[in-house]
Amino acid sequence: MTAPTTEDRPAVRVRAGRRLLAQLAPYRVHLVAVALTGLVGVLAGTVAAPAVLGRATDVIFAGAVGAGYPPGLTAEEVVEREHAAGNHGVAEVLGTVDLVPGRGVDLAALGRLAAVLLALYAVAFVLSTVQERMAALVVRRVVFDLREAIAAKLTRLPVAYFDSYPRGELQSRLTNDVDNVQQALQKSVGVVFTKVFVIVGVLVMMFVISPLLAVVVLATLPLSGVVGAVIARRAERRYADQWAATGELAGHVEETYAGHQLVTVLGRRRQVVETFDECNERTFDSGLRGQVSSGAMEPAMLLVGNLTYILIAVVGALRVVSGSLSIGAVQAFAQYAGHFGNNAGMLAAVVGELQSGIASARRVYELLDAEEEEPDRPAAERLAPVRGRVVFDRVSFAYTPGVPVLTDVSFTVEPGQTVAVVGPTGAGKTTLANLLLRFHEPESGRILLDDTDIATLPRAEVRRATGLVLQDSWLFAGTIADNIAYGQADATRADVVAAARAARVDQFVRALPEGYDTVLGESAGISAGERQLVTVARAFVADPAILVLDEATSSVDSRSEVLLQRAMRSLRAGRTCFVIAHRLSTIRHADLILLLDGGRIVERGSHEQLVALDGAYARLYASHAPTP
Amino acid sequence: MLTGLLRAHLRPYRRTVAVASVLQVVEVVALLLLPTTNAAVINDGVVSGDPGVIASLGALMLLVAVVAVVAGIASVSYGARAALGLSRDLRSAVFRRVLELSDHQVGRFGGSSLVTRTINDVQQIERLVLAGFTTLAAAPLTCLGSVVLAVNQDVPLSAVPVALIPVMAVLTWVVLIRMGRLYARIQPRVELLNRILGEQISGVRTVRAFVRDDYELARFRRTDAELFRLSLGTGRLMATLFPAVMLVSNLATVAIVWFGGLRVGAGAVRIGTVNAFVEYLVYIVWSIMLTTFVFITIPRAAVSARRIREVLDTEPEVTAPSAPAAPPPGAGRGVAVELRGVEFRYPGAARPALSAVDLSAGPGETVAIVGSTGSGKTTLLNLVLRLADTTAGSVLVDGTDVRDLDPGDLTRTVGLVPQRALLFSGTVADNLRHGRPRATEAELWHALEVAQAAEFVARLEGGLDAPVAQGGATLSGGQRQRLTIARTLLRRPAVYLFDDCFSALDATTEADLRAALAVETAAAAVLVVAQRVDTVRDADRIVVLDEGRVVGSGRHEELLAGNEAYREIVSSQPVRLVAP
Repeated sequence: MTAPTTEDRPAVRVRAGRRLLAQLAPYRVHLVAVALTGLVGVLAGTVAAPAVLGRATDVIFAGAVGAGYPPGLTAEEVVEREHAAGNHGVAEVLGTVDLVPGRGVDLAALGRLAAVLLALYAVAFVLSTVQERMAALVVRRVVFDLREAIAAKLTRLPVAYFDSYPRGELQSRLTNDVDNVQQALQKSVGVVFTKVFVIVGVLVMMFVISPLLAVVVLATLPLSGVVGAVIARRAERRYADQWAATGELAGHVEETYAGHQLVTVLGRRRQVVETFDECNERTFDSGLRGQVSSGAMEPAMLLVGNLTYILIAVVGALRVVSGSLSIGAVQAFAQYAGHFGNNAGMLAAVVGELQSGIASARRVYELLDAEEEEPDRPAAERLAPVRGRVVFDRVSFAYTPGVPVLTDVSFTVEPGQTVAVVGPTGAGKTTLANLLLRFHEPESGRILLDDTDIATLPRAEVRRATGLVLQDSWLFAGTIADNIAYGQADATRADVVAAARAARVDQFVRALPEGYDTVLGESAGISAGERQLVTVARAFVADPAILVLDEATSSVDSRSEVLLQRAMRSLRAGRTCFVIAHRLSTIRHADLILLLDGGRIVERGSHEQLVALDGAYARLYASHAPTP
Repeated sequence: MLTGLLRAHLRPYRRTVAVASVLQVVEVVALLLLPTTNAAVINDGVVSGDPGVIASLGALMLLVAVVAVVAGIASVSYGARAALGLSRDLRSAVFRRVLELSDHQVGRFGGSSLVTRTINDVQQIERLVLAGFTTLAAAPLTCLGSVVLAVNQDVPLSAVPVALIPVMAVLTWVVLIRMGRLYARIQPRVELLNRILGEQISGVRTVRAFVRDDYELARFRRTDAELFRLSLGTGRLMATLFPAVMLVSNLATVAIVWFGGLRVGAGAVRIGTVNAFVEYLVYIVWSIMLTTFVFITIPRAAVSARRIREVLDTEPEVTAPSAPAAPPPGAGRGVAVELRGVEFRYPGAARPALSAVDLSAGPGETVAIVGSTGSGKTTLLNLVLRLADTTAGSVLVDGTDVRDLDPGDLTRTVGLVPQRALLFSGTVADNLRHGRPRATEAELWHALEVAQAAEFVARLEGGLDAPVAQGGATLSGGQRQRLTIARTLLRRPAVYLFDDCFSALDATTEADLRAALAVETAAAAVLVVAQRVDTVRDADRIVVLDEGRVVGSGRHEELLAGNEAYREIVSSQPVRLVAP
């Protein structure tokens, strides 16, 4: 049983990324709408608004300085006067705005600009709400589709697939990985559009206002890139250390708790605590180093941002004094530069998120691509009412080629007969049952059900004819009634109660306060024996012609044991029955005993025949028969 | 819950947190000085057209920015030290408490749940505390500082930032509360979905055998659809929150421009001040959002805190005596074990798991205990080693009540081989030395010989140094059982407890093992729990348990003749196959 492949070459990642993209394709109309609303919203709120705001500042500034000059003069006259007085800087500044000497702030103009701003912000609000809602819908739809695909896939995977993967691993793909895909999409769908629009739009505006300042801002870009990369690389290394340390700690804790009793029994508490303290301290150290490196990121990026801010303030102010920019233009520019820096940073973060999301998506796709059960043959025959004659005709099977589990097994069971399959662990007893239920397909040979090869029948048909009672008594977390009704899709409450009576479940269920509506969970107090009885009732409801029973190897409490034996006996009546037998009483009363070893039938016959044969079975029987 | 837990464990870090807070104050003050200085650049430099003033104020801003970054980095470092220290201490407290709990208490939580509590739940707290400590002083101070600076520059215009604060707070608060409610409904569905998937995976054979794939798919889809609907709700809320926050802060900006224009027109403020106000707004919005993000993590951290507290508040059922009695002698002189009128009842259980049990095994004596599943056999053995304490009666080792013995002395005297043959990751030798850390290689091989494990260990690649995966997954059940027996043999205890630990062995191996054990444990008192009659047939005495009571006691032949319960056990024996 090999662990899942986890190859992670770039090509594999690219393929997974493309496929994730393809999953968005059905929502392309939504996505176009997301892009368009994003574009218009960005144009209004991020590209246009700061320019309008700058104009408003200029209007206020013009009013503030204009009020200081006597009315009647023209703006040119005021500028000339200041030049003449030697105030060249002031003169240049005055030249950057629409100065009307003697007039205060132009409230009409300011009001118009404020109204435009309000309109722009309102548009931005409405569009970005619509955009984000739509993006949220798309992301959740895609994740929903993914989960549905997985759930449907699970029903088509062969049983062997479930055996070959550690259970936790499989479940983690279905939950954690899907969650991670959702996280990544949530932070990228829609966001990518807006960020790109903002960056492009803002850059254009910056160059329009002042190519010089724009170049200054772009010049600081490599600086922030270098600072960011250096810190990120350090933090990444430290985080890797931290994950390793946490992993080690978790491993130790897990192992200690799993062997909790042993710690006491072997008197190892002191050593266990010492190891824990070491691991815990390492986790602290590496975590602290990681936090300090990544924690430096924010202040450091803030510093780079502030440097840009200061550069704009100083260079901008000097440009104003030299008369080439207005105050409002510098203010607008500062806002654009802020947007530029923030959005560039966020876009970089999206890339990281996407990478992690794609890694998860790849694991999910691996599951979705796993080989499925061969579909039923198209012209599959239907069975007439099943009588229950079963023939194994030279059946061989191997999980891995070259390692046979069953070799050349042939036998015939007539309707209503009981076959006890006996043999040591690994002899192939369970495989026999798995083949009959078509959980696996034989490598060679045929299995006939009422003279029809089951390989030519629909799987559902074969399984409906066959009931199964396993010793691990699988029940789901529903009510007792639901668990019994599980055996038959259209079972009524009356059917359930009848089955429960037949399986001796009725008595103890009635004693429960909620009766049949008792929800089975981790805490619902029914014993192991009672759980097994419920699985017998479930098989009763199904009313199959053929039964596969896996007898429990350990005895349950003596009262349940007696009930269980009786329930099994009545369940077997009138049905063809395969028992993977562990109890002498069951074996002795079987019509046919198959003694399996190493995948072959080594002895077969009735109890009396086999005892007379004086072989392995006879020795077995002798060693177990109660000596009075 | 959360505050109580934090208060209790923050004590050692008060100083560190204080330093982090002071550093944050420095950082915030420095950052707030930037827009103020920028206002001066405009008011004193630009308006008066003086490049010299612009340059010198620019230099001042640079200095302030550097101070901010230095203080910022230092405060993160101090905050992280306190937060990570707190989580380290919490982990340690949880781990130590779990070790003190009885097996039954651990079982009630569930091993995997306890791992989650020790690792993941503590991480949740750490996340909150980390976010808290790095923004603890910064966010409210930024908010407050912005307002103070604003008021300092112009009182009437300050109405705008002051009004912005409650509006933002209410807005984010309302959204957060609704978000919390949604998450409270989402969480159980996520768990349900996971459980359904888990059930489908573990029960795949049953599902397929009863042709219920469609039913399972429908069950999954129902929950998935609900989850989709609810998670769309959270998406919509977030889609409203951020644009709304932007809208409110933008409206405030427009208000500043309009009213600022009026104030400038009235000659009350200068143009640079209006510019500064716009930047204060940004700071206020930023600090409120930051606080919001810390608050978002609170509900999850509170859940984690409750789960951690549940562990820490669980009082150990078994505690060491304050004044231990003298230790029992080593294996040299015999030690007897005796149960007197023992009753054991799980807390809250209606019926006792054991009642009125009397039983004793002297040095060199082997007593077997048989009975069906749930009859109390394992519980009985656990009482001897104080994995649980009796609720009535007493357990005596060498005549001393086990509750009066030092736990270390008790584990040295009594060796238990548990039912579940659990090995740890490491080599075969590592695992054996868990029994006796300083055992020589010769001692290891001897123990392996007795346990009938020498042959297969010698065949393993690497022999004693062959690796064992966690839980012993690479070995067969029988091999694991033999290694755990060898591990206990190395301890050379005076009392042996074997808890059904021969079940995976074939009959021949078990017979050889029993013969070898009889020699090795000749002077010891031995209690053996077994399912199989073969295992107990030769015991000096067999005690039959049913539903927690002793229903028979005697030798095999006596019981077979006169005890109904014993006969029933014998007749319902599962068969064991020796390879023919």
